[in-house]
Amino acid sequence: MSTRSNAVIVRNLCKNFGETPILRNVSFSVSQGEAVVIVGASGSGKSTCLRCINRLEEPTSGTILISGKEISGPVIDIDAMRRRVGMVFQHINLYPHLSAIGNVTLALRFVAGMNRKAAREQGMAYLEMVGLGDRAEARPHELSGGQQQRVGIARAMAMKPDVMLFDEPTSALDPELVGEVLGVLEKTKDAGMTMILVTHEMQFAREVADRVIFMDKGSILAEGTPQAVLDENEGERVQAFLRRVRH
Amino acid sequence: MEQLGHYFFNFASLADSWGDIARAFGTTILVSILTLLLGIPLGFVLALIRLYATSRNRFLALVRFVLVFYADFFRCVPQLVVIVVIFFALPYAGLSLTPIASTVIGVGIVLSAFAEEVFWAAIIRVPKGQWEAGRSSGLGYVATLFIVILPQAAKMSVAPLTNRGLAASKATTLGSVVAVPDLLSVTSSIQSAQANPTALTVGAILFVVLFMPLVWLCRVLERRMETA
Repeated sequence: MSTRSNAVIVRNLCKNFGETPILRNVSFSVSQGEAVVIVGASGSGKSTCLRCINRLEEPTSGTILISGKEISGPVIDIDAMRRRVGMVFQHINLYPHLSAIGNVTLALRFVAGMNRKAAREQGMAYLEMVGLGDRAEARPHELSGGQQQRVGIARAMAMKPDVMLFDEPTSALDPELVGEVLGVLEKTKDAGMTMILVTHEMQFAREVADRVIFMDKGSILAEGTPQAVLDENEGERVQAFLRRVRH
Repeated sequence: MEQLGHYFFNFASLADSWGDIARAFGTTILVSILTLLLGIPLGFVLALIRLYATSRNRFLALVRFVLVFYADFFRCVPQLVVIVVIFFALPYAGLSLTPIASTVIGVGIVLSAFAEEVFWAAIIRVPKGQWEAGRSSGLGYVATLFIVILPQAAKMSVAPLTNRGLAASKATTLGSVVAVPDLLSVTSSIQSAQANPTALTVGAILFVVLFMPLVWLCRVLERRMETA
């Protein structure tokens, strides 16, 4: 696969917290428009791996390329890089002092430099995409968890990033609210967005992922189609994990 | 009862003093405002420096230490002593300040120490996820601080700052020790001269008139904080 069609390339990524290795030589790539789901037990390093990709965690060593540009060097413009990478958090992290539309337009105005009117137009389009056009003026505390996370997705998507990172976007939600967020994620995938998701939703991984990466103790243990990794893999650790998460 | 009226509410006895009391009231308002204008912005800047020294660079540990010591020291030391040192000791270092300047700086410094702690506590109470949300969207450190973090921290600071501001404004009456003709010292002098405390009653009423709206404002803001 040529570099050109790869949205994200991760090579020999290592990350230590103090003396403890969290990621050991992780390498994978994600093609444009591909949805890759990373699964694994907690502590397997999957969230850290995701957070290294926009350098919310600093890699200890290794190379990361986004749209062909290396972003892991010491001299890159980290803010310009992050602009091209959207992030959705487990704990959502909406700005509580701003309305839904205020959340979505903040980066449009202060990072992308759009004027108030243009930012609002673009922001509203994304709020409508996640089905919340009528809740634009609501504060986060007036929204349900599922609605908040949909605003979180709209906030990241509105910047039209090259790739979207989802760090357990449904783990903090009440079970009955998970579906609406997964629905938005499917829509995002159908729109051709390149996505890397860390999730425990195996059913979602089966239905939506182009590829599944199984991580264990900081390394990639298995990688392939959802079917190959989640259904046909005979590996003991994969099976043990699946027994634990299977509902 | 009549005795009480004679001693505390004998307004006729103040016939010649109203001008002095009005001027003293003006002085108290002026000194209070100057103290707030020095203490709160200074506390804000100190909190920002502490934040920068904490989050950015390990070599700034000394700066951080000095700041924390400043805040701890001036929160502990009596404000009266600070005023006295500024007014009576600084001239030996070649710096002579007027009574009003000494009072404003003395009380202002103590206020800045409390304000620094209030801003600092509010800034670090904003969850880490807010920094991550801002930074991951491409906002720089300073932009995230000013657009995302400080608006939330400011909201948490308003009520405790109002309290500290009230305490500092009242503490400006300590300026009487270096002969600031403020409301309390002037009404207290009138009391001595006339052997009648009615002037102090007037002083107290004026203090309440000045500060009560601020106390109410503080309560409204606190209530709004709870519902937000």
